[in-house]
Amino acid sequence: MSAVLLKKGAEASLFIADWQGRRVVIKQRLPKTYRPPQLDLTIRRYRTIHEPQLMHEAKRAGVPTPLIYLVDVENASITMEYIEGIQVKKLVDSICEADRAELCQGIGEEVGKLHVHGIVHGDLTTSNMILNQEGRVFLVDFGLGERSEELEAQGVDLHLLRHALQSTHFRVAEECFHAVLEGYTAVVGAHRMQEVLGKIREIEKRGRYVAERQQET
Amino acid sequence: MATGKPAEKYCLGIESTADDFGVGIATFNGEILASVTDGYVPETGGIHPREAARHHAEVADKVLTEAIAKAQLKPSELSVVAFAQGPGLGPCLRSGATVARALSAYLNIPLVGVNHSIGHIEIGKLQTGAKDPLTLYASGGNTMVTAYASGRYRIFGETLDIALGNCLDVFAREAGLKNRKGMPLGAAVEQLAAKGEKLVALPYVVKGMDMSISGLLTAAIAALQKGERLEDVCFSLQENAFSMVTEVTERALAHTEKKEVLLTGGVAANKRLQKMLGIISADHDAKFSVVPQKFATDNGAMIAWTGVLAYMSGLMTPVDESFVKVRWRVDKVDVPWVKLP
Repeated sequence: MSAVLLKKGAEASLFIADWQGRRVVIKQRLPKTYRPPQLDLTIRRYRTIHEPQLMHEAKRAGVPTPLIYLVDVENASITMEYIEGIQVKKLVDSICEADRAELCQGIGEEVGKLHVHGIVHGDLTTSNMILNQEGRVFLVDFGLGERSEELEAQGVDLHLLRHALQSTHFRVAEECFHAVLEGYTAVVGAHRMQEVLGKIREIEKRGRYVAERQQET
Repeated sequence: MATGKPAEKYCLGIESTADDFGVGIATFNGEILASVTDGYVPETGGIHPREAARHHAEVADKVLTEAIAKAQLKPSELSVVAFAQGPGLGPCLRSGATVARALSAYLNIPLVGVNHSIGHIEIGKLQTGAKDPLTLYASGGNTMVTAYASGRYRIFGETLDIALGNCLDVFAREAGLKNRKGMPLGAAVEQLAAKGEKLVALPYVVKGMDMSISGLLTAAIAALQKGERLEDVCFSLQENAFSMVTEVTERALAHTEKKEVLLTGGVAANKRLQKMLGIISADHDAKFSVVPQKFATDNGAMIAWTGVLAYMSGLMTPVDESFVKVRWRVDKVDVPWVKLP
């Protein structure tokens, strides 16, 4: 099995390989020498076990995620389906406003489905979304995800997405987030959306140097 | 924004966002002629904003005089006065702003309000020669990963609650360590951590490119109360907190694909943190640099230099717009002096 490096990420290296006649991605969490080995091993194993489980549960919730073929806990590697498509990060700024709204609504719907089923992605950036050829958004990289029904965890999930939009797609961030919330509301309902939105405001105020906080104190 | 007289040569910068009152003098070419700081040391506990502000007002005269003497200048030779307009503690910021306004009026030279966090980034760039770094700015009040994009420093990751330096300081005080001049609490934790052997299990909370530190602080204090050795808890606290912040920085580095990494702010003095960031930088073929120790903690030189950059871009702050901005995020400030594609 020959593997070609696709992307050296922060947490893991992604390789493209051929496995049993299928094109696969091997995600390998290599040891991080900056951390104490004991801590490093705990983190890498934990994430290697939890990521496929969450991806599996996401599928059950109707959210497209790659198929998992192999999980090697000892080597902290996961072999999964290769999704033919384009990273959403590379699309957002270049497509027209209507397409962008549709794309972001679709993202909001997928996130809504996760949350309704008690799954929190944990790293909702546009790097972790792939638009496939049929126009469906696949979510990848559940390494920081968790099972949680809590408003707090779901609020943080959406807060991180907004934050990621603001840093990477600053010109269209608010427009995108608005569309995400529309899609999200369509799945979770207006009542839950209001609750989550209130939580997001609370989370943002907890942060450092937030202008909104000053107005209330 | 008013137009002033053409640029002369020297900018005096005043820093007073928290416990330090600092005055620095920079030439328009980026030479630091003086940087004098007088820190407020509380008898017990953390920084009491009003007490710190009183300290600043008391030492202002002395620190100013010393800085100007060190730079071998006459006050009349100054051409711009810059001050840290925010973010920080209100009373402290106001004492520095008052001094700056008075100087500006007395010498009849322009006033420039500077964002304190951007001061840390710019002095780091000036001192290390970094051009377009991914910056980890970690101090008692801030922990963020920023990089320049399209006119501003964007925040890619940050703490969702307390700052890294704040975590170390509060832990040190809970452990009974004393605040002394010339020996920050963070340095005391670093020394003890070097004697730690056992890694005590503590929370590790990374959320996307952000992190949460407050739970780690609570757990470290609890571990100490349960009878773990102080050295071991210091060691474990540092390892966990720094691993989290390093992971977040590495995520931002992979995401932005910058080729330089800069560590700045008070916690930059920590050797263990430097080592961890050095490792990830090498892994991503990025050049790693650390702000020199004397410019790591809050200082007037960084305000003076950022004042120069702003002034040369035509930015000035009329007195009626010089109110302090207690919560002034980095990503709300235009930085027209950064010339990058």
